[in-house]
Amino acid sequence: MAKTIIEKIWDQHIVYEEEGKPDLLYIDLHLIHEVTSPQAFEGLRLAGRKVRRPDLCFATMDHNVPTKNLPIIQDPIAKKQISTLERNCEEFAIQLAHMEHPDQGIVHIIGPELGLTQPGKTIVCGDSHTSTHGAFGAIAFGIGTSEVEHVLSTQTLWQSKPKTMEIRISGQLGYGVAAKDVILAIIAKFGIDVGTGHIVEYTGEAIRNMTMEERMTICNMSIEAGAKAGLISPDETTIDYLRGRRYAPEGPAFEKAAQQWLDLATDEGATYDKVLEIEACEIEPFVTWGTNPSMGTGISKHIPRAEDYASESDKEALKKALAYMGLKEGAPIASIEIQHVFIGSCTNARLSDLRSAAKIVAGQKVHPTVTAIVVPGSRTVKQQAEAEGLDQIFIEAGFEWRESGCSMCLAMNDDVVPAGERCASTSNRNFEGRQGAGSRTHLMSPAMAAAAAIAGKFVDVRTLQPAHA
Amino acid sequence: MKPINIVESIIVPLNRKNVDTDQIISKEFLKRIERTGFGNYLFYHWRHHPDGTRNEDFVLNQPQYENAKVLVAHENFGCGSSREHAPWAIMDYGFQVVIAPSFADIFHNNCFKNGILPIRLTVKEVEELLAKGERAPYQIHINLAEQTVAGEDGVSYSFDIDPYYKQMLLNGWDEISLTFQYEEHIQNYEKQHA
Repeated sequence: MAKTIIEKIWDQHIVYEEEGKPDLLYIDLHLIHEVTSPQAFEGLRLAGRKVRRPDLCFATMDHNVPTKNLPIIQDPIAKKQISTLERNCEEFAIQLAHMEHPDQGIVHIIGPELGLTQPGKTIVCGDSHTSTHGAFGAIAFGIGTSEVEHVLSTQTLWQSKPKTMEIRISGQLGYGVAAKDVILAIIAKFGIDVGTGHIVEYTGEAIRNMTMEERMTICNMSIEAGAKAGLISPDETTIDYLRGRRYAPEGPAFEKAAQQWLDLATDEGATYDKVLEIEACEIEPFVTWGTNPSMGTGISKHIPRAEDYASESDKEALKKALAYMGLKEGAPIASIEIQHVFIGSCTNARLSDLRSAAKIVAGQKVHPTVTAIVVPGSRTVKQQAEAEGLDQIFIEAGFEWRESGCSMCLAMNDDVVPAGERCASTSNRNFEGRQGAGSRTHLMSPAMAAAAAIAGKFVDVRTLQPAHA
Repeated sequence: MKPINIVESIIVPLNRKNVDTDQIISKEFLKRIERTGFGNYLFYHWRHHPDGTRNEDFVLNQPQYENAKVLVAHENFGCGSSREHAPWAIMDYGFQVVIAPSFADIFHNNCFKNGILPIRLTVKEVEELLAKGERAPYQIHINLAEQTVAGEDGVSYSFDIDPYYKQMLLNGWDEISLTFQYEEHIQNYEKQHA
């Protein structure tokens, strides 16, 4: 029978199944960071349990790390959380890319970079953006700390089989439209909870034409549509990315694995529980205006009005969001002025993201009323960008060039947007207070954020670049 | 984990959709390495004005809702981050049950691991509860074994729950100890996939 990639991977990982119970699934890769793991390790210690497969775990520090003046952490509580991870990894023999390690970076950037992320794997992490790894054709999802403890001690999880959903992006993307615009458009069109209880497979010509880095941006934000996970069937692009990566198989073993990976792709004729479709050509550069990722629209559009919504609760939600954001119904998106720009996060801090921002910034100056920072997703990304001279382009334009980490995406470290100020951000969440108490976040692509840094307000990035002949 | 079956309490009506885990527990409180003590920080930025003073208008700060064990909210409760600090904060504050038309997956899962009962009712039923709870403190009686929610005015609802998680909650089981009983299956799997 024709199967989706979701069913294939799921079935391959069932350790035990019984009517009336969730399936007991084997976990191939467990990624760990400092914020959601300390209570799990403490639980192991209290119960006298050990880590079953330390060789299938990999830890790094990202949420709390400073992006300047390394390695000094001023906040004593954050410092303790960092040192706790160090102690836990040592005690339980887990490999750690610590704050000054060359492999350090945002957990969802380094997994793929090191080749730990591979097609067909089940991957978990105490972090909702674990869906990023689905770009490789893996089932990857975020878990809570109790589940982190469960995986540490058993290498398994009890999971009810989710429903399957296809989101097809048909046709080709227009000039200047980025992967970020696609996922923001999907969430705006179908809603913040459309994916609840489902694993989404993204398909269609637009997806096939994307690089792995673009696919990661798409899958990263699956959780913002409520999906358990998001993935993309592997193809030659996937194989090419993985060849030669440190933890990928080598030589003939790689070729054998590559064939198995390609066989995972959804079979012709397989069916999903739900199918949604969006035309690539209807997507334009996107900006969010509200306090959840579905509250967004195209750069040429206006903020909605209450009468655009049918239900009272939606009208109320619009009012609350605009009151928080300090915006008015019906205002044009392109009129909104900003004070901060953040280029970073597990959504958009890979080399190609920095390149696309640098292309806009080159030879320009950051608007005098704007503070702009670039936070590479990993030390490797930072080094590669510096080798290409991207750092100099940003610095000359007036951006700050920082060390890698989650930084201003969630502002757990010192990178905070002040109350009442507005930030053009390449991150994934615009919830109230996300970038600091009272801060106002607008999500967009790296190129759009870079353009906003120069103009001091939102501009259509397509008007800045000459179209390809 | 403490078992849960019967809960009698007034409800706190939180009439919002898409309550995200950033609101439930803000990131500045995620640096602690303990599981306890998060209750003070539950909905911190809704319970407090930017200058740190209490926002008396916010429902949790209104005296008539003190000591409630049941939180009622609108659709997609707990969306966003996987932080288990969110259910820890809810529990530490004193809530044992959250009622909503729908929950985000990770939050929903996290509730079961902590002895919090998440109840899905229909949008209409939740709207009725919210309206009654907003008018005056409204007492309900929850019975997990029977899968019912009964109001003080005689209105009663039934709810669905996964039988596996129902047993976990009723018995307060530690899931890891349960899984250890499947050690042989795990070993077999590892042998086959070595």
